[in-house]
Amino acid sequence: MFIAQAMIDGLLQGGVYALMALGLSLVLGVLRIINLAHGNLVLIGMYTSYYLFALFGIDPYVSMLASAVVGFLLGYIIQWLVLNPITGAPEEMAVLVTLAIGLIIQNLLLTVCGTDYYTVDTSYRLETIMFQGLRVDLPKLLAFLSSLIIVGGFFLFMEKTDIGRTIRAATDNREAALLMGVNVRRIYCLAFGVGTVLATLAGSSISTFIPTSQDAGVLFTMASFVIVIAGGIGSHKGLLLGGLLVGVLEEMGTLLFSGSLKQVMSLGLLVIILLVRPQGLFGKEA
Amino acid sequence: MKTRTVYILSYSLLLALFLTVPIWAGSYVLEILIIALWLGFLGSCWNIIGGYGGQLSIGHGTFVGIGAYTSSLLFNLYGITPWLGSFAGAILSAAVGLGIGFLCFRFKVRGIYFALITMAIAEIAKLWFEHMELVGSTGGLFLKSVHGPSGPAFFQFETKWPYYLIILGMLVAVLLICFLLERSKMGYYLKAVRGDEDAARCLGVSAFRCKCIAMCISSFLIAFGGTFYAQYRMYIKPDLLMGIHFSVELVIPTVIGGWGTVLGPVLGALLLIPLAEFSRMLTDIIRNTFHTTGLKGFQLIIYGLILIVVIRFMPLGIVGLWSGLRRKKASVKYAKD
Repeated sequence: MFIAQAMIDGLLQGGVYALMALGLSLVLGVLRIINLAHGNLVLIGMYTSYYLFALFGIDPYVSMLASAVVGFLLGYIIQWLVLNPITGAPEEMAVLVTLAIGLIIQNLLLTVCGTDYYTVDTSYRLETIMFQGLRVDLPKLLAFLSSLIIVGGFFLFMEKTDIGRTIRAATDNREAALLMGVNVRRIYCLAFGVGTVLATLAGSSISTFIPTSQDAGVLFTMASFVIVIAGGIGSHKGLLLGGLLVGVLEEMGTLLFSGSLKQVMSLGLLVIILLVRPQGLFGKEA
Repeated sequence: MKTRTVYILSYSLLLALFLTVPIWAGSYVLEILIIALWLGFLGSCWNIIGGYGGQLSIGHGTFVGIGAYTSSLLFNLYGITPWLGSFAGAILSAAVGLGIGFLCFRFKVRGIYFALITMAIAEIAKLWFEHMELVGSTGGLFLKSVHGPSGPAFFQFETKWPYYLIILGMLVAVLLICFLLERSKMGYYLKAVRGDEDAARCLGVSAFRCKCIAMCISSFLIAFGGTFYAQYRMYIKPDLLMGIHFSVELVIPTVIGGWGTVLGPVLGALLLIPLAEFSRMLTDIIRNTFHTTGLKGFQLIIYGLILIVVIRFMPLGIVGLWSGLRRKKASVKYAKD
């Protein structure tokens, strides 16, 4: 019974994780950058939703719009202002820059909002649906469904729109895209913007059931990495499954271990996958 | 021959200058320099596998932690002097390093995957230590202090300058090791592996063996840094020395300075640590002018901005900037000829 309950919680949470990891995967694919600030960008979404709710009573699912706008602008500016100027530099410098960005965001939140844990106290926060003796938390269910819709929307965007197609072209072959007259620098900005939007949207929906605090960024970053690796780098479809897997594993971890030790589950998964199947569980053979 | 003499002379002069620091500097400057040299030391040890071997380990905090905890536990529980305990820590750390290296390199984990796997292992190790009663869990571990004249025998000093001289000596030793390594067969093998592992293997370099040995040396040496920190602060805590956070922090000066070069880690640390200190001072000044006690984390915002600016203007690192200038000069000279 406990296991089935943990499975449900894990699966629902995993949907949001997949959305979160999708942003990381996009940036990794297009820009070849390990974005260590990703978890902190998720926090931006959480705080946006929290403040809009606390000040104006706007529901997180409505404030997602604001969160998306903030995310896109922030991502676009970061890429344009900080990352584009060092495109030619060695990769590890770009990684350090994202680290510095993460540091700035986290401490900005710390300075402005303090160390408190904030909850978005919506009317449905504690509602549950009972199903065959199992408990389904309504906020988690809503977050799961909205994440699926957003992920679907993202795939449509990538398949159908010109911008999406150009981003995919730049991912597959940067030089060829450049030769076809693609303004690669602008595409980088757009891609980082869209990646950040995915992060902040995940943040908005996660804020309905996880307390908002400035120190959760690293956890989100790590979870996203585990998912991207588990799903296989470059495999967007694998991400969904990877997200669900990590969600379930984390919930199982809470059954087995106390407190923060539950992360050992997903980190252990990362180690094992990297050793045994580096192309990811669902990735193509390298 | 002539240039060699010049080099030796100038480095000796520099060393002599560093040796005189405790005479004229106050304890504040000494503190900053100790931390800078310590990070330079850690970076130089990391450099052996990370820089020369090109295997970006983000897990070296684990080895620092092993070094610190082994010597401290041996001292607290059995009264063994950390001078000896540090070697026990180093051997244990080398064994763990070899184990991790063996696993990763056997399964051909490379590049960004290696960075991620070491990151995950470091975090697991930290979480494990945080839940282990023996090492004091999250609360950390206080070292028993020895008062009186027998302090130095247990690596404990009342003043800062002995610590300064010790870390300076450790740094010089590790720099010499790096210098010799760079010119040894092993060093060339490692650089070949960094450049193109498959090509190196085709030419008969056992990449697996090289990387394992480098990992072993690196983790052996870096453990001494852990012991030093434990003796200097008399207090250790898993999230101070282990985990992703510290493992990244330890690499930053080296990358900024220039990885895969002998002096890079030290230059990076000597540039960044004073800058970090500067951002702390700036925060204090702002706090005092506005009479607030808030602004928690403000110094890290400034530090992050400084980091971005430094990388923006020196994308190839300090050493890269330097050799870039030299090359430019050289090419101008050739053009004239």
